[in-house]
Amino acid sequence: MSDMADAPASDERIKQTSALRKALIRPELGGICGTVIVFVLFAIFAGDSGMFNSQGILNWSIVSAQFMIIAVGACLLMIAGEFDLSVGSMIGFAGMMIAIFSITLGWPVWQAILVTFALCVAIGALNGIIVVRTGLPSFIVTLAFLFILRGFTIYLPQLIERKTIIGGIDKAAEGDWLAALFGGKILKGLFAWLGDAGIIAVFERGNRAGQPVVDGIPMLIVWALMLVAFGHFVLTRTKFGNWIFASGGDAQAARYVGVPVNRVKILMFMFTAFCATVFATCQVMEFGSAGADRGLLKEFEAIIAVVIGGALLTGGYGSVIGAALGALIFGVVQQGLFFANVESSLFRVFLGVILLFAVVLNTYIRRMITGER
Amino acid sequence: MNPEHAPLIEMKNIEKHFGSVIALNGVSLEIYPGECHCLLGDNGAGKSTFIKTMSGVHKPTRGEILFEGKPMHFEDPRDAITAGIATVYQDLAMIPLMSVSRNFFMGNEPEKKFGPFKLFDHAYANEITMQEMRKMGINLRGPDQAVGTLSGGERQTVAIARAVHFGAKVLILDEPTSALGVRQTANVLATIDKVRKDGIAVVFITHNVRHALAVGDRFTVLNRGKTLGTAQRGQITPDELQDLMAGGQEMVALESSLGGTV
Repeated sequence: MSDMADAPASDERIKQTSALRKALIRPELGGICGTVIVFVLFAIFAGDSGMFNSQGILNWSIVSAQFMIIAVGACLLMIAGEFDLSVGSMIGFAGMMIAIFSITLGWPVWQAILVTFALCVAIGALNGIIVVRTGLPSFIVTLAFLFILRGFTIYLPQLIERKTIIGGIDKAAEGDWLAALFGGKILKGLFAWLGDAGIIAVFERGNRAGQPVVDGIPMLIVWALMLVAFGHFVLTRTKFGNWIFASGGDAQAARYVGVPVNRVKILMFMFTAFCATVFATCQVMEFGSAGADRGLLKEFEAIIAVVIGGALLTGGYGSVIGAALGALIFGVVQQGLFFANVESSLFRVFLGVILLFAVVLNTYIRRMITGER
Repeated sequence: MNPEHAPLIEMKNIEKHFGSVIALNGVSLEIYPGECHCLLGDNGAGKSTFIKTMSGVHKPTRGEILFEGKPMHFEDPRDAITAGIATVYQDLAMIPLMSVSRNFFMGNEPEKKFGPFKLFDHAYANEITMQEMRKMGINLRGPDQAVGTLSGGERQTVAIARAVHFGAKVLILDEPTSALGVRQTANVLATIDKVRKDGIAVVFITHNVRHALAVGDRFTVLNRGKTLGTAQRGQITPDELQDLMAGGQEMVALESSLGGTV
């Protein structure tokens, strides 16, 4: 007994792993490979279609940023061991609430946005509390909210305004300080300079002649990058991040060592709702209207992006950077098919195929990590 | 066991009822620092209920728990952990997908200041983990190695090392060897021996008499919710222990028909 305890110089049965293999075993592997493949493919097949000039880049960046915002929330929640299927309905609901508060009730837009955030985050908390208290699968609980929220989103505007789309928010939001945080653009000076310097395209005629076609970075993209950075930081660098992993890895084992698992899970449901509301607010500010059908199927797209990013559906393992890459792949492919003149319904085929690939790859990576056979 | 020491924990006439079922019917036990106290008993004897009372999971229906001479009322496991009573559960000790160092500091994450933020101090966590693992005789490839790659015995050892590192005075081990092979069992028993020599009281639950006799100082046998008495090391033979656990009579008959192999 004592000889093996005292002299653990090296274990001949643990194979030395190469640095390459070690670098490969990480949740982001699938996302990194996918991103490279997608960019190479579209550079070949759509390189001269305008996909990679300033408007083209902005085009797929915006779509990717939309996916990213909801993927960050879904990623942290999935690592904490739960799902939220109500994300898409939450997007529709949040947008509709902003419209009803600001247009029908005539509140200032900043107030409408703040109250909507509070309301939606509270619904997220309710989701979480029901899941934690009843011990039911979050799959079922949030499926119920998928229908409940979508139902209200269709019912309320019809009841109040006798229509399913409420417009005019762009006018109401003019000069509003908070609305600018969601609908504005930054770095306009830089883009004007780039336009003048001939690096990016400018309008050739019309009343905006000489101004750059792309005149700034939309706040949507800023939000996406901030949320990704925030999520990655919390997950990998803080105590709370360790609790997220522990809650999803094995809730009971985590409880035994004093991790407040229930609080972690409820907070993650609230964060997911927050991300959905950010998405909704940016969308409402961009379109100037709220529609009852906004956000359809977004919950699945978020989950797929997260899975492509290497997270396990069973929780306890994943990466926010990976989820962001998954979202980027989505955005590039969805818009790239358009640039490459491919029938856009094929995007769904792509989604299904890549989801299958991602899950198979993830299972393989997990086996390598845990050494199970 | 040093008689001049006061007992760390005294459990006095603990009763626990679940509805109409009487799981514990007046169990008393003292645990001294630096001893390995084996708690033996067959399935359903009340071992698990008893240690869950000790670790704050269950509240006793009747009876008193004294910890370092003072009456204790644990509201939840967290209270017991804070007081210095740590429990290592057989299969719920570790999270396989997380690294050894993340597991080791789970619930007790070290933090360092970084501007306005408080960060998980990975450098410190990794260093301490490697150091503690070396002490226990486990050679890690690195602190970021996933717990899933460790053997069952090594996982138990990591869990024990973790409890000791965070100041456990009493270590409750719930059947740590029941799912392990010979060599891994030897490892865990060696760990128990090492921990005991540091003055920590170990409560070792098992139904394997040989494992108990290998490291135990005293042996308490539970049967049908009652103690059948506590024996000192050297005062009891393996056969006597085995008979006590099984409740005597029928075991003798069974053993003769099996040719004394049980």
